Amino acid sequence: MSDKHVMGMSLFVASEFVFFAVLILAFVFYRQSPANIGGPTAFNSLDVPTTGFYTACLTASSVTFWLAERSHRRNRTGQWHALLLVTILLGGAFIYGEGREFADMSGQGIVPSTNLFGTTFYALVGFHGFHVAMGLIVLLTVFGISLRSRFFRGAAHARAIRTIAIYWIFVDAMWWIIFPTVYLWSLGNHGILGEPFKAVPFR
Amino acid sequence: MNTAARPSTPLIPELDTPLPRVTDPTGLLKWIGSVDHKQIGIMYMVTSFVFFLFGGVEALLMRLQLSQPRFSFLTPQDYDQIFTMHGTTMIFLVIMPMLIGFAIYFVPLMIGANDIAFPRFNALSYWLFLFGGLLLYYSFIGGGAPDAGWFAYAPLSSEFNFTANAGMNYWGVSLAATGIGTIGSAVNLMVTIWTLRAPGMTLRRLPLFVWMVMLNNVLILAALPALNSTFVMVLFDRLLHANFFHVPSGGQPLLYQHSFWSFGHPEVYIMILPAWGMISEVIPVFARRPIFGYNFVAGATVAILLLSLLVWGHHMFTAGMGQTLDIAFGISSMMIAVPTGIKVFNWTYTTWKASIHFTTSMLFALAFLLQFTIGGVTGVMFASFPVDWQMEDSYFVIAHLHYVLMGGSAFALWAGIYYWFPKITGRMMDERLGRWNFALAFIGFNVAFMPQHFLGMIGMARRIYTYPDLPYWHLLNLISSIGAAVLAIAVLVFIWNLIYSYLHGRVAGDNPWDAFTLEWATASPPAVHSFEQVPPVRSRRPIWDLNHPDRADWKNPEAVRGI
Repeated sequence: MSDKHVMGMSLFVASEFVFFAVLILAFVFYRQSPANIGGPTAFNSLDVPTTGFYTACLTASSVTFWLAERSHRRNRTGQWHALLLVTILLGGAFIYGEGREFADMSGQGIVPSTNLFGTTFYALVGFHGFHVAMGLIVLLTVFGISLRSRFFRGAAHARAIRTIAIYWIFVDAMWWIIFPTVYLWSLGNHGILGEPFKAVPFR
Repeated sequence: MNTAARPSTPLIPELDTPLPRVTDPTGLLKWIGSVDHKQIGIMYMVTSFVFFLFGGVEALLMRLQLSQPRFSFLTPQDYDQIFTMHGTTMIFLVIMPMLIGFAIYFVPLMIGANDIAFPRFNALSYWLFLFGGLLLYYSFIGGGAPDAGWFAYAPLSSEFNFTANAGMNYWGVSLAATGIGTIGSAVNLMVTIWTLRAPGMTLRRLPLFVWMVMLNNVLILAALPALNSTFVMVLFDRLLHANFFHVPSGGQPLLYQHSFWSFGHPEVYIMILPAWGMISEVIPVFARRPIFGYNFVAGATVAILLLSLLVWGHHMFTAGMGQTLDIAFGISSMMIAVPTGIKVFNWTYTTWKASIHFTTSMLFALAFLLQFTIGGVTGVMFASFPVDWQMEDSYFVIAHLHYVLMGGSAFALWAGIYYWFPKITGRMMDERLGRWNFALAFIGFNVAFMPQHFLGMIGMARRIYTYPDLPYWHLLNLISSIGAAVLAIAVLVFIWNLIYSYLHGRVAGDNPWDAFTLEWATASPPAVHSFEQVPPVRSRRPIWDLNHPDRADWKNPEAVRGI
């Protein structure tokens, strides 16, 4: 890691893992809290297949960005722009899916103040979504610069693309810790915590 | 690891209008627009010194309130705000940024680099720190200062019912801003140390200050994010009425304590590691010999770094974690005393039978050794949890932590300032005023904080705004307050010395102390482009080799090898 940009981004990403670790621990710690009985929980309020679809989008965006980086390195400008655009659209789809999910859940009255599930769910998933959104802003910036000028085209700025790739793949990797913890783990029947939550329209 | 600074294509394109440059002779813009690591380092130091004065005034207000039993100079509410702001200021806005400022200024110079890895990012870190600090102080006029103590236990800190003003919101947001700035500077310094070292500057030849800063950055990257997520949880609870620590809906205050102290104990080391580095630079120079056991100082610090991540529970012995955890955390905390003791012996042995030059800087360094050891010994006492159960949240804790942070870090900073002031400004600090400064600070500090050990042992709790006239309480508190006043005079003398020496001090020359490390090869003050040519680095003391070619370390490795 002798390139300073790659090293700097790697260190930053490493510190971000600590940030998420605390929020994940909080989620796991409160996951089966008896205080949630009768209310919304991970076991009765999550739409796993839909989120699974958007998860696939985010993962695919890592792959397309890897391909985009490769075509950028090989000076294939058209391919680089196309793949970057696909990456942005896939990342945007993930954010859209998360927005829909948050809207649906808050429509049922599940908000951070509802109970411990609401609190930990919105904090963890929301901050991940915030990181995805930041990554999208960076990707859009690169896309804009690359379209408007020759800057960022061609191998001279491969290190910049690689640095951004580290962040983008971190966001995806982080989701692959969060998605199993929050969603997949909730698929089993979990007794009283899994009993249906009667949705109350949010006022 | 390739050590050479490699030429690279710029990531940012050249703009049509150049950004403000440090060479522009336009006053304030020269500083606001600066991306030069030396200017930003100075801005860090000056800003944190101003915050130090704020925190000092708060300390004096507290000591005034406590100087008499049943005194009504401050209301309880004022007192809560003032002790919270004192602790928060001194930790997050004084010691940390002051040490970071020294690191930003001197690390590139000491490794023979002309700039830091990411100059603009460096400026961003500084401005985050400054505006975070200003936001915290704005709370005084923006609805009341935070008033739940510097570690702000939930649910006291996380519920509007308990801390009803907006202070804790300011606390969370402003410290998150400074925390992000700190993480940024840690990334920056880490990358600088790993990629920009001069040829020959191998890891085993790094000055110990750079070693300590490097390890400190690891701690910052590992610990500060945990603090930020703690702020997130507190702010969720306060602003969105979430339930992280809301006990009626199942929230667990212990979660707060674990996540705060898993940051909070590494933080203690974040505030002392670079100070150790300063001591490791100052003592060898004024003892006129290389440090004894370089490898042991560096290696012991690595051990301390790893241990410090595993000991946070010793802040929570009274929280009822259970005997297993108490024993585990007690043992791991005691183990830290071993590598720390190694370092103290290394510094002490460096001075053994040496021809010591008793400059002001060296006096502060020697006082550091004494006071830091006292603070360390009381720290080992706390690792024994039966003692902790008795002493927790008493003035014994206050005395302990001030012996480590004030008698340790702040005295090391004083040593560092007297040592490096000639390099930063080009003028020597006045030694006569310096001796007054040292004598007053040493006496004032010990008079202020030694009695607090006894106050704690006879039962005075921390954070009480007044006390009944119990036997000895008035006497000991009065002595402590007098000590605080003497300490304040020491700071005034110091400020006078800074101003006087900056204007009228003797011109220093490039290397007034005949010191050893690369920063002394630059002009005093260094030019914007610090090094025209970096001296060859063939040992741990390149400038010594340069100035004493017949006695160069690399010609005579046996004599300086140490262990």
